[in-house]
Amino acid sequence: MSMLTKTGDASSRGGAGESSTAPLLEVRDLHVEFHTRDGVAKAVNGVTYDVSAGETLAVLGESGSGKSVTAQAIMGILDMPPGKISQGEILFRGRDMLRMSGEERRKIRGQKIAMIFQDALSALNPVLSVGYQLGEMFRVHQGASRKEAKAKAIELMDRVRIPAARQRVGDFPHQFSGGMRQRIMIAMALALEPDLIIADEPTTALDVTVQAQVMELLAELQNEYQMGLILITHDLGVVADVADKIAVMYAGRIVETAPVQDIYRRPAHPYTKGLLESIPRLDRKGQELYAIKGLPPNLLHIPPGCAFNPRCPRAQDVCRADVPPLHPVTEQDGTELPGRGSACHFWKETLDA
Amino acid sequence: MGRYVLRRLLQMVPVFLGTTLLIFVMVYALGDPVAAFFGDRAPDPATAARIRAELGLDQPLWRQYVDYLGRILTGDFGTAFNGRQVTELMTSAFPVTLRLTLVAFVIEMGFGVVLGVVSGLRRGRLVDTSVLAFTLLVISVPTFVTGYLLQYLLGVRWNLVPPAVSPQAPLRELLLPGVVLALVSLAYVTRLTRTSVAENARADYLRTAVAKGLPRRRVVVRHLLRNSLVPVVTFLGVDIGTLMAGAIVTERIFNIQGVGYHLWQGILRQNSPTVVGFVTVLVLVFLFANLLVDLLYAALDPRIRYA
Repeated sequence: MSMLTKTGDASSRGGAGESSTAPLLEVRDLHVEFHTRDGVAKAVNGVTYDVSAGETLAVLGESGSGKSVTAQAIMGILDMPPGKISQGEILFRGRDMLRMSGEERRKIRGQKIAMIFQDALSALNPVLSVGYQLGEMFRVHQGASRKEAKAKAIELMDRVRIPAARQRVGDFPHQFSGGMRQRIMIAMALALEPDLIIADEPTTALDVTVQAQVMELLAELQNEYQMGLILITHDLGVVADVADKIAVMYAGRIVETAPVQDIYRRPAHPYTKGLLESIPRLDRKGQELYAIKGLPPNLLHIPPGCAFNPRCPRAQDVCRADVPPLHPVTEQDGTELPGRGSACHFWKETLDA
Repeated sequence: MGRYVLRRLLQMVPVFLGTTLLIFVMVYALGDPVAAFFGDRAPDPATAARIRAELGLDQPLWRQYVDYLGRILTGDFGTAFNGRQVTELMTSAFPVTLRLTLVAFVIEMGFGVVLGVVSGLRRGRLVDTSVLAFTLLVISVPTFVTGYLLQYLLGVRWNLVPPAVSPQAPLRELLLPGVVLALVSLAYVTRLTRTSVAENARADYLRTAVAKGLPRRRVVVRHLLRNSLVPVVTFLGVDIGTLMAGAIVTERIFNIQGVGYHLWQGILRQNSPTVVGFVTVLVLVFLFANLLVDLLYAALDPRIRYA
C-alpha cells in the first residue's frame, strides 16, 4: 500500500526543483583515521564527492583505498573507537550529519539512507527469518504491527522477484541461494524507499551470471524510485553499465573523477590508466596481462607526496614531494571537461598519452 | 524432530545401564556393607551370613545387579540404613534439592548473562575488567570457603539470614545457599557470555542491524543476544545436573536435608541402595537435561536441524 503512495511521491521528488540543484549527499573533505596499537592509520584523507537523486556514483578502488570506510562514515556505522572522523562534513540534504544527535542519525539510517552489504550470508542475521528481518524495518520505523510487517515483507520479496515469496517469508537466510540472499539484502535496503542507497560491492560474493541479474535489478529499482546510489566496487565491468560518474580512490584520497564514459576512453590519472589496462581483453588474447606493480601503501605510513608515486611509471621528483590537488581536467585548448578531475601533477600528459 | 527425540530416548537406555552398572560396581568395591552395618564391632559370622543371604549379597555381582535393576523398574530402590525406603528418602530429598537448584539456577542465569553482556559490550573498560577480576576470584575460591565465609558473616556475625536451613527448606532460607551454590557457575556463565557477546558484536549482521536504524536496545536484545546464547545454553543445561549433584558441599554447610545430604550419609555408612538409587536418579537428570539442551539448540539456531 505504502509502496504505491511512496512511488508517487518518489517521482515528484525527482521532479522537484531542490533535488536538481542541490545534491542529495555531499561529502566534504572527509578524514577518517583509526587509532591502533601500531599507530594512526589514515584510512580516508580528504574525500569529497556528491550524489544527486537518481544519480549513480561509482566509487572505485583496491581494498584498503578507503571506499568502504567512507561509506561507513556516511552510514554512521564506523566503529568509534578505534575509528575517528577527524575532519570534514557529510551533508545530507544540506544538513551536516556529523553534527546530528545519535537518535537523529538513527532515524536517517534505513529510512533515508540504506546500505547493501557485500556478503549477504554474513550480513543477514542467521537466527531470524528473512520475513522478520525485512518486517523489522516497518515495525521499527513505521510502527507497523507484526501482521502488517509480514505482509509488507512478502510484498518486498515479490518486488525483488523472489519466487514463492509467501511461502518463503518464514525461511532463514541459509535456506536461500546466494543470489536470492543478495536480493533480500536489496529488498531490506529498499524497504522504506530511502533517498540514497550505498551498495558496498553488492555483487562480489556472487557468480557472474547472478551478478548481472542483481545489478540489473538494482539499476531498475533505482531508476523507478529515483534514488541516489553510491556503488562501491573494484569491478570496472560492473561500473560501465550502471554508473553515471566515477570516483577512483587510492590510499584514502580521490585520485580521479569523471563521467563514466570519459574515464574508459581517456583516463587522466596513471592509476586509473593502470586499472583499465589490467582488465583482460579479448583482442589482447595471448599477450601478458598488465598489472600495476607493487602493493597499495600501508595506511600507517603513506608515502610523502602523491601516495601512488612508488608504483607510478610517470613519477618524478615533484611527485615524491608535493601532494597533488584534484586538478580540473580540461582539453589541450582549455575547453572544460565537466565533472572531470585528476590528482596527478601530470594529468595533461596522462590524458593525451 | 519426533524421530530424533525417540532415537535420543532409546540411546539413553544403554547409557543408563552402563552408568548404573559402573556405580553399582564402584559402591560394591567400597567394602563389605554388612561389616559397615555393625560399625566397629566384628559381626557374628552366622548373623552376617544370614543378613547377606537375606539381602542377596551372597549372589555373584552380575546377579545382584540384574536383581537390583529389576527392582528399580518396579519402583523398589531398596532400604536405607535407617530402615526407611530409599524412595521415601527421595521424595523428601529431591524437592528440597530441586528448590535449591532452582534458586541457584535463576541466580546463575540472571546475573551471569547480564554481567556477561555488560562486560562483553564494554570490553577493556573498567566494568569489564572488574567483572573479570570478580569472576576470577570466585572461580579460584572453593565453594566450602565461600560457603562457610558467607554463612559466618551474613548468618552469624550480622544476623541477616538464618545460618542453617530448617527441614522444610522454604525458599527464603535457601537464598544464601543458592548464592553459594551458584557462584562458581555464575562466573563461568559470565565469562562464556562475555566472550560470545564480544565475538558476535563484531559480526557483519550486527553492523547490518545498526545500519537498518534499529534502536540500540533492539540491536542488542533481538540480534546480538540470540546468537550469543547458544554456548551459554549448553553450559546451563549441563549445569542443572552439576548443580544438583554438586550441592553436596553446600547442603552440608547449611544443613539442608537434600540429595547431597543423603548421598553423603549413604557413602559414609556404605549403604549401597541409597547411593546407587540417588545417583541413578541424578544420571537420569543429566540425560534429560542434555536432551533438553540439544532440543533448545534448534529453537535458538534454525541452522541446526534434526534428522
